[in-house]
Amino acid sequence: MIPIESIQITAERLMAKAAIEIPEDYLAGIEQAAASEEGDLSSFVLRAMLENYRAAKEDRRAMCGDTGCPRWYVKMGNETRIAGGPVALEEALRCATAKATAEIPLRPNRVHPLWRTDHDNNVGIGAPEIEYGFEPGGSWIDLITVHKGGLFGTDYRMLFPADGIPGIKRFFLDSLVAFGKRGLACQPAIVGIGLGGSKDTCMVLGKRAACLRVVGDRNPDPKIAALEEELTELGNSIGMGAMGFVGSSMVIDSHIEVGYCHTGGMQMSVHAFCLSSRRACARIYADGRVEERTDPQWFTDYQRRESVRWELPNPGVKSA
Amino acid sequence: MGTAEPRRQVRLSTKPSFDDLAALRLGDVVFLDGLLYTGREGVYMRALEEKQPLPLDLPAESAANFHCAPAAVEHADGSIEMGAVTATASFRFSKWIEPWLRLSGAQLIVGKGGMSPEDYRTKFVPHGAVYLTTVGYGTGALLGRGIKTVKGVYWRKELGLAQAMWVIEAENMGPFLVASDCDGNCLFERENAKISAGLKAVYEGTKPAVLKRFGETDDRSDELI
Ligand code: SF4
Repeated sequence: MIPIESIQITAERLMAKAAIEIPEDYLAGIEQAAASEEGDLSSFVLRAMLENYRAAKEDRRAMCGDTGCPRWYVKMGNETRIAGGPVALEEALRCATAKATAEIPLRPNRVHPLWRTDHDNNVGIGAPEIEYGFEPGGSWIDLITVHKGGLFGTDYRMLFPADGIPGIKRFFLDSLVAFGKRGLACQPAIVGIGLGGSKDTCMVLGKRAACLRVVGDRNPDPKIAALEEELTELGNSIGMGAMGFVGSSMVIDSHIEVGYCHTGGMQMSVHAFCLSSRRACARIYADGRVEERTDPQWFTDYQRRESVRWELPNPGVKSA
Repeated sequence: MGTAEPRRQVRLSTKPSFDDLAALRLGDVVFLDGLLYTGREGVYMRALEEKQPLPLDLPAESAANFHCAPAAVEHADGSIEMGAVTATASFRFSKWIEPWLRLSGAQLIVGKGGMSPEDYRTKFVPHGAVYLTTVGYGTGALLGRGIKTVKGVYWRKELGLAQAMWVIEAENMGPFLVASDCDGNCLFERENAKISAGLKAVYEGTKPAVLKRFGETDDRSDELI
């Protein structure tokens, strides 16, 4: 049984970490981009960003004044039990969000869409989002917080089989060029691409691809992996860099996730995870141990399964 | 790292002289000293549309308007803690900027991503104002370091934390980049023109979507296929 206090305390700590410390994989990507960027203004911007990440860590302050919209991805093993059940879990995450907002501090970004009501704590109707995933075996819980920023950099389009790869490339470029001008997408970004599903799941896949996979991670389908690399290269060949200045750094990495879709369509979504790619995660075990890590490890073979059934691990073998 | 030579760096008062402003070149890196205030749609609507008197003596106290909503918290003892500050995209404020420049006497508009070249030429230049953009745009921690104190917050109750008018004392606060100068030249327009020249080649081998969308055509009777 996982104690509820442990969930709330861990959640608060993760939110501070996400807001302040840029994840290692993305930092390494920006360092590499800074090393190869030839555009003088773009290169200036990247160096300023590197300095900014250092300043945030040294001063323990949020890396960006727009601290994004905090959300939660929660994953559980098949045997996980939480004290108080799922309602207590959601309450703990909402409490942690409100508390962390005041303590770090984060900007109270969340308002009612029409009345602009602001509770000053990033909590409200549907906020923070809490999404769930499950894994066969295990009695742990993974808490992953993402504070995604940016009103710009995300788009959806219904493509068709006839659009093919050239159509995918066109929409990818259109999204980068449109939102990259004047740097509205705060690039260079990790770009997530959702392909297929339905409109809503296509958006979800793209967003998760951007926010829940680390730089350098490749899709297990070798042809999709090759397309990921091709899109990164394509994005970086636009001639644009940080803030929309002349340069060669638009994309730190591209991640594609697919879902089976209607036979007539090929939905596509594009999501840019900005210069403040804030994510942090931890696994809490039934015995109370907490292990923090930077890789959300969301997309497992099980999450991407294609088959009707999944072989459960032997129940006689005690899993972690 | 790249081939970049160091950019020209300038320290600028938030009540700059004519000569200070005239010396600025596109792409100069600016660090600010003095008082600046945040003001965005909430402040503009209240001051310009509801005609509420300004809570500060402008531009006597500050000629620098920051398009920003800080990550700030008010402690129970009334003190204010401001962690990081990041600008918000300025192009959305175009409709208020001319009357605001007139009312406030602002000479430095500080924000994210600049405004249109048209706004610079027809609104900024006549009022002797220039535009400074934040960098990144995620350099909130660096900018936060440049805040010496938070002098006060006005219209807090009326507009909420994010839209309120925060008055900040800056010390060597930056970096910012000069995105429009006294003559109304536009840094982003200049860069964009260079990039656009190469776009056709980048798009080679891609093709337009089978199903178009409104916006790609302005003919609302178009069948979009
Ligand atoms: S898009 Fe990201 S880096 Fe840019 S201002 Fe928003 S949170 Fe900050």
